[in-house]
Amino acid sequence: MAETMNIVEEIRNRVILGEYNVKNNFRIDIVHLDESTMEFDMVGIDAAIANAFRRILLAEVPTMAIEKVFIYNNTSIVQDEVLAHRLGLVPIKADPRLFEYRSTGEASAEEEGSEIDTIQLQLKIKCSRNPRATKDSADPRELYLNHMVYSRDIKWVPIGNQADVFADSVIAPVHDDILIAQLRPGQELDVIMHCVKGIGQDHAKFSPVATASYRLLPDITLLEPVEGERAERLKRCFSRGVIDIQDVAGKKVAKVVDSRLDTCSREFLRHDDLKNAVKLARFRDHFIFTVESTGILPPDVLVTEAIKVLMVKCQRFLSELDSTDLE
Amino acid sequence: MAGEGEKKPVLEMVQADGADEGCVTFVLHNEDHTLGNSLRYMIMKTADVDFCGYTITHPSESKINFRIQTRGSIPATEPLRSGLNELSDVCQHVLNTFQVSLSITYEINCPVVVQHTSV
Repeated sequence: MAETMNIVEEIRNRVILGEYNVKNNFRIDIVHLDESTMEFDMVGIDAAIANAFRRILLAEVPTMAIEKVFIYNNTSIVQDEVLAHRLGLVPIKADPRLFEYRSTGEASAEEEGSEIDTIQLQLKIKCSRNPRATKDSADPRELYLNHMVYSRDIKWVPIGNQADVFADSVIAPVHDDILIAQLRPGQELDVIMHCVKGIGQDHAKFSPVATASYRLLPDITLLEPVEGERAERLKRCFSRGVIDIQDVAGKKVAKVVDSRLDTCSREFLRHDDLKNAVKLARFRDHFIFTVESTGILPPDVLVTEAIKVLMVKCQRFLSELDSTDLE
Repeated sequence: MAGEGEKKPVLEMVQADGADEGCVTFVLHNEDHTLGNSLRYMIMKTADVDFCGYTITHPSESKINFRIQTRGSIPATEPLRSGLNELSDVCQHVLNTFQVSLSITYEINCPVVVQHTSV
C-alpha cells in the first residue's frame, strides 16, 4: 500500500502544475524547420500529453484527400478499384481549414457535395502512338505519347465560387511526379474525383504527416574517469560526436560532449570493463519531436493544429458536462 | 464528427447503486488513449481524487470507460471538470510557447524560411 502511494505521489510531483508549474519549467526549442520537416524539443511536459500530441498529429488533424472516384472510362491495365485506391493516396495541396466536413446522413448521401466541402478534380488522358518515332526504336518513351500517367495530369475543376475564392492558388497534388498508371496506345483514362475532408483515424490517406515521432533525450553520465585506451574504446561504443577525448595533464580522458546525438545502442554493456563506468538513462520530460509533413500543410502549422484539436476535445466534453448538469 | 441526424450520446455517466456521488464511471464515446491518458494524468494531480483510471473496453468500439473515485463526498464531476479545464489550459500554454518560439525562429532565419500564413 505504501508502495502504491509512493508511486502516486511520484506521478503527482513529476511535472508540477500550479505554483512551480508547467508555466515555469516548460519550454519549446525549435532545432530545425523547413517546408517539410521540423525538429523541436519540448521540455518540462509529461509523456501523457506529449503522446497525445503525437497521436493527434498522426490521426486527428484533418486534410483533404480523394474519396469518390467516378470512372467514366478506364481501358487501362490497372483495375478500377486499384486505380481508385492509388488516387486516394495522392496528397492534395488544399488547405483543409478552408473547407467543411461533408455532412453524413441518408439524405445527403445522394448529393454531389457543395463547394464548401468538396474539391472536384479530373484526370482525362489518352495514350497514342508517336508518329515521329523512328521505325526500329524500342524505347517506350519514344514510341508512345502519354504512356505514363503522372499526378501532374490531375487537373482541378472549380465548382461554385471556388474559382473566386482560390483565385491566387491552384489546387493540385502536392507532388507532380507520382506515377499513377501506365498506358499503351488506344488505352485511356477518364475519371472525375471528389476530395473531401477527413482524418487519419478514418483512413490513412487523410494523415497529414509522413510520420511524427518523438524520442527522449539520453542522459549519459560517466561514473568514473575513463582514460587512455579505455577512453578510445568508450568513444567507439557511442555514436559519433557523443564522447570526446580530451588531453588532461598528458592523459587522454573521455568526456561526454553531446548526448543528444546518441542512438542508445548500449554497445558499452558488451565490454566488461566499460559497463560499470557509464550510466545510461533518459530525461523523462525532454521530448525531441520530429514532424515530417506530406506537403499539404507546413509542419509548424500541423503542430499548431494538433494542439488546437486537443483543446477542442476538452471543450466538447466541458460543454457536454455543462449541458447535462443543466438538465 | 458526430452524426447530425440522430443524437448520439458523447458522454454518459454510470453510477453504482447505493454508492455516493463520488464514485462514477463516465463513458466517453469516440475517444481513445489520446484524450484518456492525458485526462487521467491531469485528474490524478488533483489532491482529492482517490482513484482515476480509464479502460478501452474493446478495441473495436471507440469508447472509453473513465472512472473517478473521490475522497470524501465530492461529486465526481468536479475533478472531471477541473481536469478538462486544466488540460485545456496546458494546451493553451503549449500553443503560446510554441508560437513565441516560432516567431523567434522566423526572426533569425527570415530571409531563408518560407513565409506561410500562420493562424
